[in-house]
Amino acid sequence: MSATQQVLATGRPVAGRGRRPPWRWRLHGSDFTWALAFVVPYAAVFLAFAVYPIAYGLWMGREPALYGRLLADPHYPRTVINTLVYVGIGVNVTMFLALLLSGFFLRRRWWIRPLLVIYLLPWALPAVPAFLSFHWMLIGEQGLVDSVLRELFGIDGPIWFNNRGLALASNIVASIWKWMPFWTAIFIAGRMAIPPEIYEAAAVDGATGTRRFVHVTFPLLANVYLVCTLLATIWTLGDFSTVNFVSGGAPARSTDVLATLGIRYALDFAQPELGAAAMLSALPVLIPLVIVLMRKAQATGVQL
Amino acid sequence: MTALPFASPARRRLRRMAGDAAAALLGVVLLIWSLAPVYNMLLIALDQEGDNEFSGDIWPPEPSLDSFRAVWTQGHWYLEHIWNQFGNSLYVGLLTMVLTVLIASLASFAVGRMRLGKARMLTSAALFTYVLPSSFLAIPFVRVAYSYGLSDSLWAVIAAEVTFATPFAVLILLQYARLLPTELDEAARIDGASPARIYWHIYLPLMAPGLAAVGTYALLLAWGEYLYQYMLLSSTRNWTVAVAIEQFWDSDEAPWNYMMALAIMYALPPIAVFFALRRYLAAALGLGGVRR
Repeated sequence: MSATQQVLATGRPVAGRGRRPPWRWRLHGSDFTWALAFVVPYAAVFLAFAVYPIAYGLWMGREPALYGRLLADPHYPRTVINTLVYVGIGVNVTMFLALLLSGFFLRRRWWIRPLLVIYLLPWALPAVPAFLSFHWMLIGEQGLVDSVLRELFGIDGPIWFNNRGLALASNIVASIWKWMPFWTAIFIAGRMAIPPEIYEAAAVDGATGTRRFVHVTFPLLANVYLVCTLLATIWTLGDFSTVNFVSGGAPARSTDVLATLGIRYALDFAQPELGAAAMLSALPVLIPLVIVLMRKAQATGVQL
Repeated sequence: MTALPFASPARRRLRRMAGDAAAALLGVVLLIWSLAPVYNMLLIALDQEGDNEFSGDIWPPEPSLDSFRAVWTQGHWYLEHIWNQFGNSLYVGLLTMVLTVLIASLASFAVGRMRLGKARMLTSAALFTYVLPSSFLAIPFVRVAYSYGLSDSLWAVIAAEVTFATPFAVLILLQYARLLPTELDEAARIDGASPARIYWHIYLPLMAPGLAAVGTYALLLAWGEYLYQYMLLSSTRNWTVAVAIEQFWDSDEAPWNYMMALAIMYALPPIAVFFALRRYLAAALGLGGVRR
């Protein structure tokens, strides 16, 4: 058994995590009433503004005929494909690059810290201004991207939102830009929680560079990586702002995702039932993801 | 460094230099990548006509602050109520912050310190709401808000933001509370203090850093959220800034420099808060961050 395996086999040292305190507050009589009273506000908000809307949404989408109308709308199947592409590519590229960059940001160079601060800027920026700016960067000949291409390289840039593929790619790039910093920060924290002894042991065994990443870092981060990817998948599935502001569905509503299509049915066509049905049609994917994520998060003790 | 035991020192040095150069290159790429949209916003806002054409100059030759002045003086019919709308955004943000801190700290106290039975149910409920994509609930939420008599009301927005901010707040506070010693609670119990007194005099002061982190999180969430504010608010007076920016986007003949100036002014407060508290937030949120 190598030194690395020995260290790994002794289990992951839990760094500074508090254990359950041995003393228990015994609840009886008035204390129990107090405790209940303290939970009431949370329970009330949860019931009134989460459970009731969920139930109401399910009720709105109860008619099977709605789903027939969805399928009859040529926009719908295209939207489903867009959603799959947007989520599938967007999330995986984001997470993978974030994992690699988290290693980059742990290098010891004087410029790494200031760079990290600037790199986190997209995360701090509210979504509306950020995505509006993306839209105007790609608006066409006068957009920043195309004018830079023309001035510096003499290339005539494409009209991004006239082409479905390019518009979809723009949405994906904007989503990566906005969310990669957040996940990078999470992975930096994850990497910093790995005790240095493990790396020292790995170095003794000759694992450095790529091999250290593949055989030591990644296995230790795998759980966090999985939970984060599931979480990012669910959130991106429900992402409205990116597509709404970057491509706005252009060209000709061919880059809509389920979230934007549902809202459009509800507001532009005044058919909230159809909108609710469009979003409910994501449930067969959403429910398993939520169940797996909640199990995984509770079982492995990954803290959300 | 011992990966290549037979490499000569010169070769090793060469490899190191190549590695440094590659890292510096990646650094430059990341810098441009992160700043390009921000730069674009400034470029448009500083242009007199709201053009964003890049003409070879990195800094616009004739920058003009007209657009910022227009926003400041409400000098366009799109901007008529802009200070009112900034006020609304702040109102929603602050109330969301206060209510989130209050509700989440009470719940975390009952579950984490008083060990109310069936606590798992509450944490599961919190986790479930946290995980759910909020946009999928928007359409029924609007109907539900109407049924509560909250049409075109800032309180409907506050309710929505609190609903989506409290779950994460509860989870973070439960994590944070585990690090505190229980001896103080015990001593106070023996002295006959009521749970309410313990909550107020012991729990809240001890939890201050966690509460600050959670409050900041709620404030930034409510300030930056868009979909619910857009769907729940209909009259111009009640709009928040996020919705006010959107009207420019919907029109074909809007002054884009005004829009970008407004967008920058809207983005500055959260960026300031974020960077001022970044160390502190990282420490407090790191406790409950997705992390092992």
